[in-house]
Amino acid sequence: MVGDDAVIEGATGSWEVVIGLEVHAQVISDAKLFSGAATAFGAEPNTQVSFIDAAMPGTLPVINEACVAQAVRTGLGLNAEINRYSVFDRKNYFYPDLPPNYQISQYAQPVVGPGMVRVDLEDGSVREVGIERLHLEQDAGKSLHDRRPDATCVDLNRAGVALMEIVSRPDLRGVGEAGAYIRKLRAILRYLGTCDGNMEQGSLRCDVNVSVRRPGAPLGTRCEIKNVNSVRFVQQAIDYEARRQIDILEGGGEIEQETRLFDADRGVTRSMRRKEEAHDYRYFPDPDLLPLELSDAYIDAIRAGLPELPDQKKVRFVEQLGLSEYDAGVLVAEKEVADYFERVADGREAKTASNWVTGELFGKLNESGREITDSPVSPDDLGDLIDLVADGTLSGRLAKEVFDAMFESGRPPGEIVEERGLEQVSDRGEIEALVDTVVGENADKVEEYRAGKDKLFGFFVGQVMKASQGRANPKVVNDILRQKLD
Amino acid sequence: MSLDKATVSRIARLARIRVPDEDLERLGGELDNILSWVEQLGEVDTSDVPPMTSVVEMRLPKREDTVTDGAYPEKVLGNAPESEAGFFVVPKVVE
Amino acid sequence: MAELTRLTIAEARDRLRGREFSARELAQAHNLAVEKARPLNAIVLETADRALDMAEVSDKRIANGEEGVLEGIPLAVKDLFCTDGVRATAGSRILGNFVPPYESTVTANLWNAGAVMLGKANMDEFAMGSSNETSCFGPVENPWRLPGNGSPIVPGGSSGGSASIVAARAALGATGTDTGGSVRQPASFTGLVGLKPTYGRCSRWGIIAFASSLDQAGPLTRTVRDAAIMLTAMSGYDPKDSTSADVPVPDFEAALGGDIKGLRVGIPDEYRTDELPAEIAALWQQGLRWLEDAGAETRDVRLPHTKYALPAYYIVAPAEASSNLARYDGVRYGLRVKGEDLVDMYERTRAEGFGPEVTRRVMIGTYVLSEGYYDAYYLQAQKVRTLVARDFENAFEHVDVLLTPTAPSEAFAVGDKSDDPIAMYLNDVFTVPASMAGLPAISVPAGLSKSGLPLGLQLIGKAFDEETVLRTADVLESAAGFEAEPEPWWEMTQ
Ligand SMILES: [Mg+2]
Ligand SMILES: [Zn+2]
Repeated sequence: MVGDDAVIEGATGSWEVVIGLEVHAQVISDAKLFSGAATAFGAEPNTQVSFIDAAMPGTLPVINEACVAQAVRTGLGLNAEINRYSVFDRKNYFYPDLPPNYQISQYAQPVVGPGMVRVDLEDGSVREVGIERLHLEQDAGKSLHDRRPDATCVDLNRAGVALMEIVSRPDLRGVGEAGAYIRKLRAILRYLGTCDGNMEQGSLRCDVNVSVRRPGAPLGTRCEIKNVNSVRFVQQAIDYEARRQIDILEGGGEIEQETRLFDADRGVTRSMRRKEEAHDYRYFPDPDLLPLELSDAYIDAIRAGLPELPDQKKVRFVEQLGLSEYDAGVLVAEKEVADYFERVADGREAKTASNWVTGELFGKLNESGREITDSPVSPDDLGDLIDLVADGTLSGRLAKEVFDAMFESGRPPGEIVEERGLEQVSDRGEIEALVDTVVGENADKVEEYRAGKDKLFGFFVGQVMKASQGRANPKVVNDILRQKLD
Repeated sequence: MSLDKATVSRIARLARIRVPDEDLERLGGELDNILSWVEQLGEVDTSDVPPMTSVVEMRLPKREDTVTDGAYPEKVLGNAPESEAGFFVVPKVVE
Repeated sequence: MAELTRLTIAEARDRLRGREFSARELAQAHNLAVEKARPLNAIVLETADRALDMAEVSDKRIANGEEGVLEGIPLAVKDLFCTDGVRATAGSRILGNFVPPYESTVTANLWNAGAVMLGKANMDEFAMGSSNETSCFGPVENPWRLPGNGSPIVPGGSSGGSASIVAARAALGATGTDTGGSVRQPASFTGLVGLKPTYGRCSRWGIIAFASSLDQAGPLTRTVRDAAIMLTAMSGYDPKDSTSADVPVPDFEAALGGDIKGLRVGIPDEYRTDELPAEIAALWQQGLRWLEDAGAETRDVRLPHTKYALPAYYIVAPAEASSNLARYDGVRYGLRVKGEDLVDMYERTRAEGFGPEVTRRVMIGTYVLSEGYYDAYYLQAQKVRTLVARDFENAFEHVDVLLTPTAPSEAFAVGDKSDDPIAMYLNDVFTVPASMAGLPAISVPAGLSKSGLPLGLQLIGKAFDEETVLRTADVLESAAGFEAEPEPWWEMTQ
């Protein structure tokens, strides 16, 4: 099944858009990949830089064990092969934010081999996207080009931070799939706790490979668009790039394999002015390091500590909690949502919890433009609200009113119910008195009802509820009315 | 085999060493001599031989994930030919 | 005070402990000797004040009975070692006035053991050379001269300044580094003992890198005992160097003095080349007899890939160097030459900063790693390296140590080989194979050439078996009884 946007109609027929993604995911770790400097975001320039990160003469790298574990964890989460033997290589190129003028990366022998990610598409279908590899490498520093008109300023705080480069096969078709893949990958990383997925801060960055071909034809020549930092921009870049390539091909031209940049302001891709001549990186194994060898026991221990991932969670929600495929899919798509839901559903009826979360809560969050992580209603409070309905304290209608108030104020449901006197009245005596009054005041209607006008029963219920200001327990009201009238 | 000027020039560019045109030929000759000499390695049958990865039997040591270094920008920048406001400064880079 | 500069490290150590003189007096004597030795151009930065300060601390420690194994011993440090707060240049213009804010592990170990720093020793630029003529500070002179001939001769390289200053009796010992023979060959050329330990024995942290998979620090001293004492202090596992070996460090001095009865000494057939001068072949034969006289058994062994070690080295080392030296770009430290743009700045800085030999090797290294050439050159060289190492492993199944000449010639005149790179490279033909295999090796002064210059013999041992190497070297040293010293002509020139 192929998304609607996977095929573009050109002037001379249709074209299939083929996409592969190289995602750079910043590893969650306290220290850098090969030095003991900190990785926190937003520090003053060059304050999180060791002599190693600045490539001072005679300094040497030593690998951070946590970063290796994170890469293995991620590989397992991507259903991938973990290589027992991998090698760190130097990728040689000159750039001022790369202090040694080589990047320590993994080339021929990465730590993680082929894997697969299941991507849920809008239409409910699933596409299996091949992962070619995952390797560990160092991030570069940051070049600021607009701080001075005549010069570039370099901050090395990010230089040497661990990245996982996750390379997909060219299995994606169209912008919809590309977006869904990034979101799914991001969710897996966050479930695993290996990358925070924060695209604004650059913790997740995409290089996008785009080519076009006639449906069924062999792969066309691709262009790589570097460093695109949001899902929306990835989609814009693909869209622009695909159309650019189609125009060239339909005009009788050929695609030149090249690296391009995405200009977010103008929504276009453009050729990099700085053409890296020949792309000759002169990879060779870093002689300052030894090959990375991992034992089965090490990998098994990490496997045993893996959390439940979205696909597994979805199956459990459907099979054990009885949720619909759709609801389960929505709830597992983001770790925070799943966590919230599970907290609400803990010891409660799952379907009810799901309805509250995907219905009322999502509605309010959407309306107010908030994320679930800053929801004013905590999962425990929402659970309490559900309990108030379940034990008859609140009617469903009042519960919604209470929920709105909770979202407004961030207060727990108990307080609101008490303050507004919203407890449902279930006391038989109290309700019987109300019923008696209503029956007494409407003797004519009672006659009609008893003569067979059944529909009038609803009228009596309404009158009693009104008299109770909506607080009477409808079940009890029904019960007593039947006794009195029938 | 001989190293032509274009090759020497390409290598010099990759190595980021400026070699004036008038020196290309001389340097090409020198490199050529060395390369011709090392090419005797081609005689050795290495079909089943793995490349050396480490001369001593060792496993890659790993460090703990704790912040133990950094927080000395004045030392990092202390030898810089040009710096400003905590940054290294280089000629304008155009992407 | 001249007397003090003629001691060995072991003697100076014992006499310091016996309070026959103070560390301060010893430092002063050496400061003076260093100053007098300036015509040798062996020291590029004298640290006389620091030497005195350190010596005073040593005197206090000796007074308190807290002395380390090298307490008060004045040493020179090759300018490839980063020394906190003291300029380090690697003999290159490109480092400019780089002052490292950190200390190399090896020098830190020496200072912790009580050693005193006299100054930074001249060297071939980035340790690339076998004659110490490629330094940006100019060539180093060998204190030895041909009798009746005043023309300067080279001290060997790349640790030429270290060798020269120790041979001139202006430092009791010096650190060197050996990538393909850079400690052993200058030791042979200057009548010293030079030891390259097993790769991984000494930490490489803070040593400016030339070829990471080969570089090892080692001592240059006047006796085998002194080499053992220095090596004990220099060695040790360092968590800051991923290639540092986590093995115990024995007291190497304790390994000396034992007998070598039954020791199996291998003579590699492939080192008997046609080009080997007859006097060196004869000295080698003599060395063999000395060891046999001491009870060793000698055996012929085969190291069939020997002839390929040197060309393989001249691929592997430049390849690693081309990458290691990429960091010298005028951005964070060292020389910056202004250019029209960033790339122009890089290219001008590196063109002006690197001398011709470094440029040649960076270019060769870049070429052999470049696309389309990697397999034929670099990969093939690393495979040949495996074969070279296997040759040694096979040989060491039958013998305990190997005896060879250190260098194929005596020291030559300054300028003799400087315009023929390959002739220069051939100096390392006997030292490179052990480097390629990471094995410990030592050069011991064994005699004088017909023209009156020192010649060394090399012993190569099993990995991490420096003890056998030192024990055998000790026997060789006693048998050879090398007592010759250069005439101190440099003292007259001032
Ligand atoms: Mg990539
Ligand atoms: Zn990458």
